[in-house]
Amino acid sequence: MNAVSRNENQALSRAVLEIDVANHPGVMSHVVGLFSRRAYNVEGILCLPVGDGRQSRIWLLVNEDQRLPQMIRQVEKLEDVSAVRRHHADHAVFTDLEAFFQA
Amino acid sequence: MSETPNETLTGAQITVRLLERQGVRLVTGYPGGAILPIYDALGQSTAIRHVLARHEQGAGFIAQGMARVSGEVAVCMASSGPGATNLLTAIADAKLDSIPLVAITGQVPKAMIGTDAFQEVDTYGLSVPITKHNFLVSSTEELLDVIPRAFAIAASGRPGPVLIDIPKDVQSRAIEVAAWPEPGRRKLPAAADGMALAEAASLIAAAKRPLLYLGGGVIHAGASELALELAEKSTLPTVMTLMALGAMPVDHPLSLGMLGMHGAPYTNLALDECDLLIAVGARFDDRATGKVAAFCPQAKIIHIDIDVAELDKIKTAHVGIVADVAEALTRLLPLVPENPRAEWNARIDALKAEHPQPLPGVNDPRSHFGLIRAVAACLDDDAIVATDVGQHQMWVAQAYPLRRPRQWLTSGGLGTMGFGVPAAIGAALAAPERTVVCFTGDGSILMNIQELVTAAEQRANVKIVLMNNAVLGLVHQQQTLFYGQRLFASEFQAMPDFVAAARALGIAAVDLDQAANPCAALADAFARPGPCLIHAGIDAEQKVYPMVPPGAANRDMIGAQA
Repeated sequence: MNAVSRNENQALSRAVLEIDVANHPGVMSHVVGLFSRRAYNVEGILCLPVGDGRQSRIWLLVNEDQRLPQMIRQVEKLEDVSAVRRHHADHAVFTDLEAFFQA
Repeated sequence: MSETPNETLTGAQITVRLLERQGVRLVTGYPGGAILPIYDALGQSTAIRHVLARHEQGAGFIAQGMARVSGEVAVCMASSGPGATNLLTAIADAKLDSIPLVAITGQVPKAMIGTDAFQEVDTYGLSVPITKHNFLVSSTEELLDVIPRAFAIAASGRPGPVLIDIPKDVQSRAIEVAAWPEPGRRKLPAAADGMALAEAASLIAAAKRPLLYLGGGVIHAGASELALELAEKSTLPTVMTLMALGAMPVDHPLSLGMLGMHGAPYTNLALDECDLLIAVGARFDDRATGKVAAFCPQAKIIHIDIDVAELDKIKTAHVGIVADVAEALTRLLPLVPENPRAEWNARIDALKAEHPQPLPGVNDPRSHFGLIRAVAACLDDDAIVATDVGQHQMWVAQAYPLRRPRQWLTSGGLGTMGFGVPAAIGAALAAPERTVVCFTGDGSILMNIQELVTAAEQRANVKIVLMNNAVLGLVHQQQTLFYGQRLFASEFQAMPDFVAAARALGIAAVDLDQAANPCAALADAFARPGPCLIHAGIDAEQKVYPMVPPGAANRDMIGAQA
């Protein structure tokens, strides 16, 4: 019974991170690598270029955890990251996508 | 960009020119197929000398030795595949100890990337978590941007290693260069917050039992003098991490030496009593703090560090200051009033008298501490002291009279056996006027013994003191203390003849065990220029004491009685 149901999962406290990055191969592995090496699961990922395509924006849906402030500081340290903004889990970027993720 | 007449140059020639423009005069590495264009161009350079290591990991640690001694970014090179993977340990070591390196690796041609080509490995992917930043260069033009940026990143903020992976076709392709970029230099961080500095000063003024806690950041920032000034002005007893040794002379009256797992008893007990901890360029590493909840339990914390991610990572600071520690200390100093703190320093003196560092056999040059002191007696403060990793490392940290910053080279964060010999060679190359002594063990030296050939070839002035107890000392110690004395895989059944091995690899060697007068034999070995291995057998039953068991509070030391 260690599987968490979808409803239970949503009841967990979540956060959404909005990360502005340089758009080149490897940026995504820099960002998500910081989470995976701490066994910190990333629940959702979205990434698309913005503007002229030299920048991208990564959206991450993550569980609230006491490590999250440290995670944000580590992400901010990355050379290719220009800004990190933290939002509540009810941010439209993921909730509007729910239709694409019906079981 | 500075204007020059257009030149047509290959990526390899551009790389070498950019290194020259950075002021690089010494690089170390090991060639192979995928980096041959760069080696061909390097061979044409009259400005840069290349030192050939005998293993890529050796090259990485030679570069570390250069960087640790000089404070400047050092460069190492390797080919693709196994060349790159062999470099990784030295790069990871540089990351954990914040050492500025630029590592350049060759990669298979772009069109072959991802085909499992000969000597292809995902160097970029492998190096993501162990570098400060890394690049896979996708065009020759990009080199003009990437190489200066790599140097700026390695040297700016908290220093660290940067890897540049360059596919062979990017090295070989020729382009026209119209203008050269400015060399990449250290960017200054934002100034410390004045309000926070004022708050820190008033906490220091109000504290009854403050301690200054110096970390490797003080060495990197060149802030040792300032830290000493602060300590003296406010009469602050001072502890140092393994990485900070030398920031304050260990025989300074305010010095409490190294803290933590193998710190002196009085040092850890003083930390237990302090009411204010002033952490400067330190990161509350677990080997320093022991059980975090029991570390300085009564203390408020001031934490000054250039890396914002270090603040509140392990311990929440009452005052956190993100700044270059030299800048912060310069501005903090005038705000802190003079204070003799007679009562607190009397208490420290009493702790020192009641709970001294045990130094058994310190007057016997055939014992571990006695040997370290006898070596120190042959040298002055100009000497550089490198170590490998193990019991010998901790004994040297406890007993060698380190007195100046950048005198001490040791693998702190990663704890890499095999660090010592190549790092000492790099130190000797970067500071040829100094004597370099490398303390090592019979386990560690075998991990990079091939670099003795490099030492011989370079005539590096490195004296390697091999403390041979025929066991993996720290493993033996933990198995004895914590694993029911079940010694397993820690006692070497076969032991090479190290003196003969050193001679076979081309360097002089002396066996102190055979010497009638070990001190005279030591003095003789140090008087001769060039590399020398000094072999000394020591007792396998000796432990590094005191020892805080892993996970325990620092006050709970084993073997603290003198």
